Amino acid sequence: MTNELIRLIAFLVGIIAFAAGNAAYLVWVERKVAGHIQRRIGPKEVGPYGLLQPLADGVKLMSKQLLVPDGVDPILFKVAPLMVLVPAVMSFVTIPFGEHLAARNVDLGLLMIFAFASVNVLGLLIGSWGSANKYAVMAAARVISQNIAYEIPMLLTAIALVMATNTMNLNEMVSLQAGGFWQWNLIKLTFTASPLTPIAFLIFFTTMLAETNRAPFDMAEAESELVAGSFTEYSGMGFGVFFMGEYANIVIGAALTTCLFLGGWQSPLPFLPNGVVWFLIKMYAIIFTVVWIRWTFPRTQFYALLNLSWKVLIPISLVNLIVTAGWLKVF
Amino acid sequence: MSLDVIDKSLETFVLNLGPQHPATHGVLRVKLTMDGEYIVHAEPVLGYIHRMHEKMGENRTWAQFMPNTGRLDYLAALSYNHGYALAAERAEGIEVPERAEYIRCITVELNRIASHLLWFGAFVLDLGGFTPLLYAFDDREQILDLLESVTGARLTFCYFRFGGVYNDIDDNFITGSREFIKRLRSRMPMYHDLVSKNIILIKRLKDIGPISQEMCRRYGATGPVLRGSGVNFDVRKHEPYSVYPEFDFDIPVYTEGDSMARYMVRMDEMEQSMRIIEQGLAKLPEGPVMAAKAPKILKPAKGDYYAAVEAARGSFGIRLVSDGTNTPYRLKLRSPTFSNLSLFSEACRGMILPDALALMGTLDLVIPEIDR
Repeated sequence: MTNELIRLIAFLVGIIAFAAGNAAYLVWVERKVAGHIQRRIGPKEVGPYGLLQPLADGVKLMSKQLLVPDGVDPILFKVAPLMVLVPAVMSFVTIPFGEHLAARNVDLGLLMIFAFASVNVLGLLIGSWGSANKYAVMAAARVISQNIAYEIPMLLTAIALVMATNTMNLNEMVSLQAGGFWQWNLIKLTFTASPLTPIAFLIFFTTMLAETNRAPFDMAEAESELVAGSFTEYSGMGFGVFFMGEYANIVIGAALTTCLFLGGWQSPLPFLPNGVVWFLIKMYAIIFTVVWIRWTFPRTQFYALLNLSWKVLIPISLVNLIVTAGWLKVF
Repeated sequence: MSLDVIDKSLETFVLNLGPQHPATHGVLRVKLTMDGEYIVHAEPVLGYIHRMHEKMGENRTWAQFMPNTGRLDYLAALSYNHGYALAAERAEGIEVPERAEYIRCITVELNRIASHLLWFGAFVLDLGGFTPLLYAFDDREQILDLLESVTGARLTFCYFRFGGVYNDIDDNFITGSREFIKRLRSRMPMYHDLVSKNIILIKRLKDIGPISQEMCRRYGATGPVLRGSGVNFDVRKHEPYSVYPEFDFDIPVYTEGDSMARYMVRMDEMEQSMRIIEQGLAKLPEGPVMAAKAPKILKPAKGDYYAAVEAARGSFGIRLVSDGTNTPYRLKLRSPTFSNLSLFSEACRGMILPDALALMGTLDLVIPEIDR
């Protein structure tokens, strides 16, 4: 009983620290990477290599007044940032960082993450609606249609993978990818996996970008069109919590991609030991790619975004689903 | 699609774009009547940075107004210097030495490239791409350094004088300009590879925001906006001034009339400006840079004088009415972006907001020049 309690507290603290630390330091990574992509240095004044910048940012955000403008819905306005952050943090519960390093080994872990990911959108909608700002409401309308459009191909590719692996437990899914990088779902060329998984991976990665509202699909915060989109009226830590939620979502997306396609904590070569290091390397590589894309491409047009999902991604992921089902039936 | 609406005003809302908005680049305010994401009506509201330059001109001596011209379009200030100097020289009948004319053309073209580079960066920023802005600024910085070395200013130039220029250019400037052209030539393919050929950018600009020739004529649009709609008109070629007839350069014209055409016109114009600068540096004659007999205080004979130049954003015209005293009786500025902006209201009708902002970006607005 006490063991269980200690475990609970340890993981609670660990997860929140991981989520918060990542959210804070991903901002630093983002600024540093952006700086180098743009032939600048990025933050360098606060601490060595600007490493204390997130601390300074945090203090700044917390010391700012949380302005609640006239005409907003006070409850929705204040609840919304939490509605974005909390589900993201909750999703960490089932992520297997290492073989025995997961807060809870939930059998329906994949389903649970998707369920929490949907709540995140609700948070954005509530915040936008509650702030009674036209730009925010327009952003909310965009975010809703975008998330509905992109959740479908994301789930379809995940279902194809679940059919091939016979499990929704993330830890088990990772275990099945043991024995070197050629055993990862990404390029697993055996009769138990569909030959279309590389395409499924691309679809999953694209939808992940869209689900986490990252460029080039950053409709929620299209600053050159909608000022700051859903966050227009937020100041101080309200904005800060929104931002932490956004970054936590990116971490979840990257972690999920790692578990599903890149073998999680499995080492890429059989003679190297497995471990949490591999998981983190893969996850941060994906996060780096996400940041890299943001600072390279312009934003897509909103209707092109929906067309991409409904006319390209959904048909392809449906084909992927049917081919996978047929493949598994035949072999 | 559309329901039968009795009172349309119940179905629309007014969106106040600006005066503080990231996409309006300054203090332009546009009152948009929106039906969802679609624009029903757009009404640009001006006057937030009105400084009465025209009235100021009537209360200053002819020479004292010169610094004002650098504060209209602060991104291509030398073209406006040039326009005013031309008009005043025409009024007073001053002959400008040939070397000064060449220096004027070289510096104006450098300034045009700087302006287009900034537009390029800011325009891609409007579309959500951050990085090109920093690269464009890097190149623009070289031009500003060059111009600073001869004019003493980096932005609001006041370099031209009635009868020549204030300062002769030196060898450093000439070698620096040649090096800059070499540098920009090597960078242009990169810009085209990374930005012009980017699939997302093409999708956002191709066939979006059409502006017809007829619409350009009605609103008096000039510059890259007009040339993007297939009208071959450039003041430098068609109403030549200074030593532009001496140069061999082309006028880039695209007939599509969409946002992509206006984008490509500006990208190609940078190349043509580089050609002009190269020829100007090669042909640069020796001699004085100020007319020997230029009067210190201008008192042009009674009359009405007009001069037009091709500024970076279109044709800039200046009309001077002199009553023979040492101040202009009337000074009228015809600024290109004012006309270019007036067609926005008609051109953006029925478009969705991001496309309309892309269209506004291709008009290349500089608000202090619209408001004057």
